[in-house]
Amino acid sequence: MALPANPTDFTLAQARDAVAGKEISSRELTAAFVKAVEAARPLNAYVTETPDRALEMAAASDARIAKGEARPLEGLPLAIKDLFCTKGVRTTAGSKILSNFVPPYESTVSQNLWDAGAVLLGKTNMDEFAMGSSNETSAYGPVVSPWQSRGSNAKLVPGGSSGGSAAAASANLCLAATATDTGGSIRQPAAVTGTVGLKPTYGRCSRWGIVAFASSLDQAGPIARTVRDAAIMLKAMASVDPKDSTSVDVPVPDYEAGLEMGVKGLRIGIPKEYRVEGAPPEIDAMWSKGADWLRAQGAKIVEVSLPHTKYALPTYYIVAPAEASSNLARYDGVRYGHRASGARDITELYEKSRAEGFGAEVRRRILIGTYVLSAGYYDAYYAHAQKLRTLILRDFTEAFKKCDVLLTPATPGPAFALGEKTSDPVSMYLNDVFTVTVNLAGLPGLAVPAGLTDEGLPLGLQLIGKAFDEATVLRVGRAIEQAANFTAKPAPWWRAP
Amino acid sequence: MSVDQDTVRRIARLARLALEEERVAPMVQELNAILAWVEQLKEVDVVGIAPLTSVVEQRLKMRDDVVTEGGNADALMANAPGGEDHFFVVPKVVE
Repeated sequence: MALPANPTDFTLAQARDAVAGKEISSRELTAAFVKAVEAARPLNAYVTETPDRALEMAAASDARIAKGEARPLEGLPLAIKDLFCTKGVRTTAGSKILSNFVPPYESTVSQNLWDAGAVLLGKTNMDEFAMGSSNETSAYGPVVSPWQSRGSNAKLVPGGSSGGSAAAASANLCLAATATDTGGSIRQPAAVTGTVGLKPTYGRCSRWGIVAFASSLDQAGPIARTVRDAAIMLKAMASVDPKDSTSVDVPVPDYEAGLEMGVKGLRIGIPKEYRVEGAPPEIDAMWSKGADWLRAQGAKIVEVSLPHTKYALPTYYIVAPAEASSNLARYDGVRYGHRASGARDITELYEKSRAEGFGAEVRRRILIGTYVLSAGYYDAYYAHAQKLRTLILRDFTEAFKKCDVLLTPATPGPAFALGEKTSDPVSMYLNDVFTVTVNLAGLPGLAVPAGLTDEGLPLGLQLIGKAFDEATVLRVGRAIEQAANFTAKPAPWWRAP
Repeated sequence: MSVDQDTVRRIARLARLALEEERVAPMVQELNAILAWVEQLKEVDVVGIAPLTSVVEQRLKMRDDVVTEGGNADALMANAPGGEDHFFVVPKVVE
């Protein structure tokens, strides 16, 4: 297949082959992306751009290629969510409290990418501490989606919390990006920006060096433009890491190898509880279309039941804030991060530094978390929620006796307007209704672009797999990608005329 | 269950999060909206169900009790908002 004229339009796989084949140098490729990133500042997708480092890394890659020492991602420019610690490059987690934090170490996932030869373009914007579904809680301003409704120039959200990574992948401001997913933060923004987002099985990617939100749910994964690109990224990001005690001792397979095997004979489960009242009819229609595509390619469609689905989101809003309140206790204005001035004693120093450093949504979740863990309420809330989690996991275990992969909608609707849902936390939380179950059960989930709404906005489908069966999830994702033939791209309205 | 203003002040104190007096009443409302929504979990009978403590079936790994990294005091102190000679400086703690 002929390469696109503009190198920023390359897929990761195309760029890999073009750089390895010396059709383009990493420096040329990287320079094109550096220029695209600068021209896209109205989107606010990047919190920190690292053009000098990018060009240095590209030059080093070109030198390795010349010596015949190329590695799997040699010279390929990527974006890193600002939740991954990057040595010597400011890492904010989207929060004011880390506005001056320059990590003295590198996260395992980003180190794996540099060890594979990748190039750092910069750090992407995100909801503060990954708490949000629209990228509007960032202390560095919201990310604006590259997508707009047909005939409108109203600004839309890119989803969240990995909104910067999704916008950057969608607007061709990187070949692919890292992201993290605690309740849907990879899959929901990917779905509403027409990109591919993969949340791996809990324990597949190391959490070491990723700013912690809810440790039993957090998992890193890629946002990319194609299913193949997501497979390439996961192979490089995943590892067995002695620095993370929850990193699981399972070898990392070659996720690209089985991508084109097709779905013939696979059993695809349709969980009836994912049909929610009040969802726009186009969500249901897209879901049926997805099942038809897979059936036409030889898969068997089976109805399954996940009876505790409706309890997943409220369960999450006990478990996640509880773990967050504990994890965020470390931000105290003493060892790193923002420190309030003029405190008279140590307690006031803690209280003022934290009140000044955290935004409204983070403060709200810390208080909810503190409450549900406090004496007298722990059993009623936290212990009860953890029992619900057992039931939710059991639902999946039962369903997977009848099918190999589950097919669901990825989001309850397309992207919404900036400011549309910020006043009501619960309505914002409902954006994750189809994704959050997967985190509670620790399973892999993939969002794949499936089509456009009548207004021209992307919608995605979600595939859920058995633990550590990312290969099958990606294979079914590839089948949907082929059938959907999703080629739409946002018009580059953000570039100066 | 719902929270009142005193409870909100108490949990803010427990969380070491200063809450201006005029923010207390709105926070009561915000937290109660969330708590009312999670109340639906009470419908589910969980008698005999064990809480989920790990989604992966793996024994927690142990490592040898040895120093793996050390001597990084400069790097550790580089981000400290108040630091002197490898000490963190805070307001007076003991009278």
